[in-house]
Amino acid sequence: MIRFDHATKSYPGGTVAVDDLQLEAPTGQITVLVGPSGCGKTTSLRMINRMIEPTSGKVWLDDTDTASMPAHELRRQIGYVIQHAGLFPHRTIVDNVATVPFLLGTDKKQARARSMELLERVGLDPAFAKRYPAQLSGGQQQRVGVARALAADPPVMLMDEPFSAVDPVVRDQLQDEFLRLQSDLGKTIVFVTHDIDEAIKLGDQVAVLRVGGTLAQLATPRELLSRPVDAFVAGFVGRDRGYRALGFTQSGSLRTHEEPTVTLGDPLPSGSDRDWVLVVDAAGAPQGWLHLGDQPRGAVVEDRMLYRGGTLATQGGTLRAALDACLSSPSGRGVVVDEAGRLIGTVTAREVLDLIESQGTPS
Amino acid sequence: MIRPLDSASSSPLHFFGYFLDHRSEDLGWLWDHTWLSVVPVVVGLALALPLGWLARRYQWIYPPMMSITGLLYTIPSIALFVLIPPVLGMDPLNPLQVPIALSLYSTALLVRVVADGLGAVSEETVQAATALGYRPVGRFFRVELPIAVPVITAGLRVAIVANVSIVAVAGTIGMDNLGRLFDQGFTLSVSQPYYPPIVLGIVLCVLLALVLDLLVVLVSRMLTPWRRAVPS
Repeated sequence: MIRFDHATKSYPGGTVAVDDLQLEAPTGQITVLVGPSGCGKTTSLRMINRMIEPTSGKVWLDDTDTASMPAHELRRQIGYVIQHAGLFPHRTIVDNVATVPFLLGTDKKQARARSMELLERVGLDPAFAKRYPAQLSGGQQQRVGVARALAADPPVMLMDEPFSAVDPVVRDQLQDEFLRLQSDLGKTIVFVTHDIDEAIKLGDQVAVLRVGGTLAQLATPRELLSRPVDAFVAGFVGRDRGYRALGFTQSGSLRTHEEPTVTLGDPLPSGSDRDWVLVVDAAGAPQGWLHLGDQPRGAVVEDRMLYRGGTLATQGGTLRAALDACLSSPSGRGVVVDEAGRLIGTVTAREVLDLIESQGTPS
Repeated sequence: MIRPLDSASSSPLHFFGYFLDHRSEDLGWLWDHTWLSVVPVVVGLALALPLGWLARRYQWIYPPMMSITGLLYTIPSIALFVLIPPVLGMDPLNPLQVPIALSLYSTALLVRVVADGLGAVSEETVQAATALGYRPVGRFFRVELPIAVPVITAGLRVAIVANVSIVAVAGTIGMDNLGRLFDQGFTLSVSQPYYPPIVLGIVLCVLLALVLDLLVVLVSRMLTPWRRAVPS
């Protein structure tokens, strides 16, 4: 547990970066600090490992006042990941990861063996171990950064916009892997970002800070979307809140309708009373919709005829995915698949909305 | 002390014959010249490291320190050689005046190099090192200095080659080194120009500079395997 106890950071000249912050980051959970630039989120983060000393107030690590021990000893117990990874260019990847164990005096061989395990754990080929940071892509460097933070198995991790410098596809991937890693490790994590979507995706709880360094709201992502406390939080959380909140509600078992299908490579169905027909592959996985009226008679169903704009909802997934499948489908019928991606059936938007209403307002 | 000529040829190309005739004396001067070129650079680096660190750590020190070291470099070497003994209360012929003067030059040159080399270490790297739990001294020697090595060794190459040249000047005030060859050539050119010792001095100075420069390059490459890592 990390606790900010009336922590304030002000600078000569009167600038207040963090103003009387009271916040608790529970053990084993991800607490995200989010807000516009100038809201003091990074300053707050850095007060935890005393990269910045509070002007007044305290920061507690469980029952220990962080100011009561030498800063370097405190920092060796706290993993730290930053935006561009900040790897040491002159050290091999494996030695970068082993930095803190080396500092703690762990046997070199043992420290390197542990680093190799960690590299694998964060999804890096062990062949990278002997390379230097300059030889890795941004996403790979960031993985090394995470491995380095984990090397001494610290109970606490601080992450300062760790995924914001990589492209959106890699970012999404890194976020998913990070969540998977965290579900295994259960670290106490404080995560800083300016991206509210990232905050909502990753946070067990989200602290929204406003310019001037005050806490605007501390809530679960779901609560933040459904009950922003004021206009600032509502504005910061952004549009489509109702829709995004559906991402936190499981759809449960959707009652689907049977959907007639045609398989790729088969002749066009004749005598169908529907405009749109769902096309599947030989394994039964939906491939796209086919508009019957546009096709010549006697043709064979080909890949290029398909309309692929529709998204798929997985049975047991979220209401958001179910509704999106309906809204994105040209036929108005949302396609529901099983875990393996095989067609189960279709639902309509009306049915999903009924389900949402029957569950009441999300909160 | 000038030896009588064993060879009558005064052709510039006869420098090798001149070398063979005066081998032990010339090799002794080459050795003197070598250590006079190298030791001051080592001393200069040792002094420049803390000074360069200070100039980086306290930004306001940087501009005046660069002005002072720049001015120091403009003092003519011959003047510095002559000035050092009275200033330090040494005997006017004390042989240490030359390495002391050269150490001052090397320091002056290397302070900027060290400061700029440390400045080239990215802020993120320094922050990461601090956050991972390095103390300032450990961070300096294990992170900042190793990363600054390429910039610093580039400066060392300039300093060591410049020293080879400045040491020769000290030969003209009677200090033993390859500069004495120029003195000899001058003295022997009374009735007509006599080139061999002068050309020999130049050849040996250039060879010495090349060898020392190569050594610095080799050491630098040994210290920075990471610079040869090709991005893939």
